Amino acid sequence: MTIGSLEKVTGARALIKGLEEEDVTTMFGYPGAALLHIYDELYDSNLRHVLVRHEQAAVHAADGYARVTGKTGVCMATSGPGATNLVTGIATAYMDSIPIVALTGQVPHSIIGNDSFQEADITGITLPITKHRYLVPEAKDLPRIVKEAFHIASTGRQGPVLIDMPKDVINGEFECNSIETVKLQGYKPTYRGNAQQIKKAAEEIANSCMPIIYAGGGVISSNASAELAELAETLMAPVTTTLMGISSIPAEHPLNLGMLGMHGSKYANYSVQGSDLIIAIGARFDDRVTGKLQSFAPNAKIIHIDIDPAEISKNVPAHIPIVGDAKIVLKSLIKHVKQCNSETWLEKINEWKREYPLTYEQGKSIKPQFVIEQISEACSNAIIVTEVGQHQMWAAQFFKYKEPRTFITSGGLGTMGYGFPAAIGAKVGRPDKTVINIAGDGSFQMNSRELATAVQNDIPVVSVILNNGYLGMVRQWQELFYDRRYSHTCIKGSVDFVKLAEAYGALGLRVEKPSEVRPAIKEAIASGRPSVIDITIECEENVSPMVPAGAAINEFIGPEGNK
Amino acid sequence: MKKYTLAVLVENKSGVLAKVAGLFSKRGYNIDSLAVGVTEDPEISRMTIVVQGDDQVLEQVIKQFNKIIDVIKVSDIEEDDTVERELALIKVTADMTTRAEIIQIANIFRARIVDVARNSITVEVTGDESKIQAIEKLLRQFGIKEMARTGKIALVRGPKKV
Repeated sequence: MTIGSLEKVTGARALIKGLEEEDVTTMFGYPGAALLHIYDELYDSNLRHVLVRHEQAAVHAADGYARVTGKTGVCMATSGPGATNLVTGIATAYMDSIPIVALTGQVPHSIIGNDSFQEADITGITLPITKHRYLVPEAKDLPRIVKEAFHIASTGRQGPVLIDMPKDVINGEFECNSIETVKLQGYKPTYRGNAQQIKKAAEEIANSCMPIIYAGGGVISSNASAELAELAETLMAPVTTTLMGISSIPAEHPLNLGMLGMHGSKYANYSVQGSDLIIAIGARFDDRVTGKLQSFAPNAKIIHIDIDPAEISKNVPAHIPIVGDAKIVLKSLIKHVKQCNSETWLEKINEWKREYPLTYEQGKSIKPQFVIEQISEACSNAIIVTEVGQHQMWAAQFFKYKEPRTFITSGGLGTMGYGFPAAIGAKVGRPDKTVINIAGDGSFQMNSRELATAVQNDIPVVSVILNNGYLGMVRQWQELFYDRRYSHTCIKGSVDFVKLAEAYGALGLRVEKPSEVRPAIKEAIASGRPSVIDITIECEENVSPMVPAGAAINEFIGPEGNK
Repeated sequence: MKKYTLAVLVENKSGVLAKVAGLFSKRGYNIDSLAVGVTEDPEISRMTIVVQGDDQVLEQVIKQFNKIIDVIKVSDIEEDDTVERELALIKVTADMTTRAEIIQIANIFRARIVDVARNSITVEVTGDESKIQAIEKLLRQFGIKEMARTGKIALVRGPKKV
């Protein structure tokens, strides 16, 4: 569908048509005065609009939708407070390179800068947390800007783009020509890796007998999971993933070591530290991954594959940088490599695996790890979304992910309150999948009002609250580093989650014994309704293993220490 | 710490300068000077930026610049043979006894006297940084009331374009 030649349209109409042209079928938003014309157009349009209860949820939902579908997520908020409520979600998407287009209303051009009612300089505010942003000058620019915004958000290193639309732009009429193709002089992402560099990488790989692949979120966003597995199997090299890279390779793949870094498995961290070659793919050497930079993988040469040249040698110097899309680069790299002489190395890693497994002891009280395992066994094909905190790490460690785009979490910004609205977006994007939001009692309260959104729009997301009565991860740090002085981290008895769920018209279930966990999960899923399962877990359980901030990633603390 | 001169071509749009400046402040890099103006193409502006740091800082600055959608091209022209100019307006305290000497200094530097009052003279000087520093140093003995500098602009010599 194209906009007809010289048809007279309003900015609002042009926006809706532009969204339809970009194959947008769903958006998340909250109306306001500045957006009235757009909402009036939506009334007659085929676009699905999910009305949230707070704009922050709109942007997280668009983000969750984007992560599970691979499409660009769209959210909309009115001017001023509506727009500023998007900021946390935009920053979340920016840190994790998630393609979203955020639409905001703005006061008319004639009163911009006058501190007008519901005015905020949202393009200024989001300058450091968007890939690009527009303050639309005139209605006639809107079709071009919509096209550019979707192009920028979804290509190269993906990310959020904001379009701020003054009311006179939204309401203004213009004669609309068909939209030309996107022309951006300064924007030309590199997709193909340099052939010479790929050959050099292959030579380096041939010389390695202790290689490790370190895969990040870039593998998932470029849909390179099959190539990742093929490379690992061809080389017989183990794979460790970042938090964002989880689900890029099946949890049960024999070469998968799970997550590395602060809460990575010991065997993953020992393998990284002991390796002679790291093949980093779509990962950015975040501080939660590397620990103390000077001690990171001291004997390893580094091949760094990334679509964003600015990531290369930002934190860790790369010996062989390859700028390009993970899928395309891996495809050509695979042609040049063969099996490494890694037998002894893999045997050593298996020894570490046997010696330091991820475990816990289930007693009378419910252990959070047990809950995650129960969910994993009950519905292994589910999409898991998380909030941020201890439960997030347990979900990263103990769920057996099978396919990409099934683990949705705020990795970079670590946004509490992300999970539930993102789960709503995920379920809208993949209605065929069971979507489970694994939450802590702290995080869930940050956006629990979205139960109303789930119920009103009939979006059956299951929230499993691992309720320990604490802001668990902060409490863990207070236990370990502040002599158990639990300053303002106890939130016991703050709300009855079952009654809360029922108040919103959702299903609420309480679980207090290990034997009740599995039936409750099954009941919630079978109900087909938005559900909340409040599970009382061991209140001072810690995430283990743990590397303290600033230490090398093979320096663990905790009860078993650094064996 | 070294100084680097960058030539940056950007789309002539609002908000681009803020993004460029934000990039420096976000990462704690120090801008020595930043001069911006439109080019022969009215849709394109040229920024000349002098930044301090080491090679790694320079590399990051260039890479981060390239990430900005409105940035068309970034070149490090520090090693190139360039024509460089700064403009300074210097208002010097002057009375009957010192006026002649100030004018003499200005002449030596091929600077121009652009304003004269009973107690002051304003001198316009263009040149590279060392020339402006030199005249500033000489005029300082009379007392500088106010000074404005543009920051450096630079073009690579010969037919090469950046």
